[in-house]
Amino acid sequence: MRALRWVTIVLGVMFGLLPLLWLVLTAFKHHPDAITTTAKFVPIPGTAVGSAGVAFSPTLEAFGATGRAAADGEPNFLDYVLNSAIIGLCSTAASVGLGTSCAYGFSRFRIAGAKDWLFFVLSTRFFPPLAVVAPILIMYRSVHLPNTHLGLIILYSAFNLSLATWLMKGFIDEIPRAYEESAVVDGYSRMATFFRLILPQARTGMAVTAVFCIISSWNEFGFAMTLNNAHAVPVPVYFAGLQGNIEGVPWPRIAAGTLLFVSPIVAFTIMVRKHLLRGVTFGTIKQ
Amino acid sequence: MSFLRLSSVKKTYPDGTVAVKGVDLDVKDGEFVVLLGPSGCGKTTTLRMVAGLETCSAGKIELAGVDVTSLRPSQRDVGFVFQFYALYPHLSVRENVAFPLRCAGVRVAEIHARVDQVCERVGISPLLTRYPAELSGGDRQRVALARAMVRRPRVYLMDEPLGTLDADQRLEMCEFIRAQQQELGVTTLYVTHDQEEAMSIADRIVVMVDGNIRQIGSPTGVYDDPADLFVAGFVGSPGMNLIDGAVERREGRPVFVPKRSPLALPLPMEGDSGPATLGIRPEYVHANAHGPLGGVVVLDEYLGSHRFVHVETREGRIVMRSNQPHPPGSTVSLGLDLTHCRLFDGLSGRSRAHV
Repeated sequence: MRALRWVTIVLGVMFGLLPLLWLVLTAFKHHPDAITTTAKFVPIPGTAVGSAGVAFSPTLEAFGATGRAAADGEPNFLDYVLNSAIIGLCSTAASVGLGTSCAYGFSRFRIAGAKDWLFFVLSTRFFPPLAVVAPILIMYRSVHLPNTHLGLIILYSAFNLSLATWLMKGFIDEIPRAYEESAVVDGYSRMATFFRLILPQARTGMAVTAVFCIISSWNEFGFAMTLNNAHAVPVPVYFAGLQGNIEGVPWPRIAAGTLLFVSPIVAFTIMVRKHLLRGVTFGTIKQ
Repeated sequence: MSFLRLSSVKKTYPDGTVAVKGVDLDVKDGEFVVLLGPSGCGKTTTLRMVAGLETCSAGKIELAGVDVTSLRPSQRDVGFVFQFYALYPHLSVRENVAFPLRCAGVRVAEIHARVDQVCERVGISPLLTRYPAELSGGDRQRVALARAMVRRPRVYLMDEPLGTLDADQRLEMCEFIRAQQQELGVTTLYVTHDQEEAMSIADRIVVMVDGNIRQIGSPTGVYDDPADLFVAGFVGSPGMNLIDGAVERREGRPVFVPKRSPLALPLPMEGDSGPATLGIRPEYVHANAHGPLGGVVVLDEYLGSHRFVHVETREGRIVMRSNQPHPPGSTVSLGLDLTHCRLFDGLSGRSRAHV
């Protein structure tokens, strides 16, 4: 039984991590090593580039290349990262801020049809988002929102808002009302109790919600590809564009860029992973 | 003079539940009044209406001569102590206690001085830099008290403040709260379901059931002269022994005839004939070989200084306070000290003394 369990775990982990491992290996290869027909997976310094066998010579060349612009005056990788960061951070801030306010309202006030409203909020995630890409493109065009940061910020905020509202409602429901009642008796306004008591205690929940929001906007491709393919282009769209390169697909550069691109999210997620687990299982156990 | 006055206060929740059916209560300045009753009797709702945390469906609440019924909690100048302390987990003890003053616009130096003073008073000065999670239950409740006291409100409202404490801490805090209240002379309304706590802390006890007040009286008044059968059974641990029967006249004197025994217990008080229930506290029941009521011991509850012997008789279970052990299964005859008995009307259950 024990052996079987370990075999299952190892196979599962390998299955999950193999693509990532391949990404890491590719990021350290020279271009010819990345496109050989034999899979090269043993990094041995000094191996000749393009040699036969499974060994390859590791290099940082691809990482250097990611920083270079395709031509003078063209944006380089860091410009795309900046676009992604602006869009991701702003939309995350908007989703978490609006979602928290919304959740507070649903949690603390008597709202007519609150359950129906909450269901409606959730239902915006029932259909595949790309189903609405055409109408959104047409609407955006009429207000000149394609190829702007603001366009994607609005879109991602709207899509993440339902998740943020539901997650935050779980967290705020768990904050005892006695805190606010105590403060209200002591002379505080509802607004003051929200900022001085609810927000500090909802910090964990907000961090968890922020992780989910930023992951989804950081990685989003479909809308970004359709709406922002000329200006304010985020990284995933930029990578996709590299495929049409005259010298062939620059796999090491894409791998290196992807690695750099995912690292901040991974670091952030690891930082808050304790809370993450609490966040997704929140409210499932009645205390 | 009445300091806090509730007149026909009612509370109906939106779902139709009637929590408080009409409460009239006068609390004098500096008085310690306890609302006592089983859970769901409306005592906490009443307290929350006084604080303004619940709106009144009907009736009027006056505080120091001012009608506060429609005022917000923040305008009423009351201090509230919650059952689960409601200490802000992200603030230190000092910040928790200072919290009510921060909003009142008190100068920083004065906040500091007043927090120090009140924390000194309740004995939490060494804990000022700690956080609530690092405190024991008793210390948390001291912090909660300090926070309610620091603003010097006109009334303290306490909602089962000792409910979550261990037995030994409970007694200590009970004495402590009483001492603080007497020293400061602040009118206090205190909610509990624990009748022993109520007896030991209150100037007056208000017994509530089903959203109504059943009796208002001093601890001894409520214990010795319960207004009805419910109060008789609820107050005291164990409650009053109750024997169903009827009052009759024999040779011109009133006697009590239990339902199932051919007995005529001479009554010390006058009483109209008719169905009645006789109530007698366990301390006025004793073992007596010539006693009128026989039965079998079912439980000998040993409490150290004394014991409560539960005896199954034809008239139901009678509890006797005794110093002698009575092994379960043995038979015993009970004598009743009828000079201390109370009579309740057989129909209404009201005390005949209160009619």
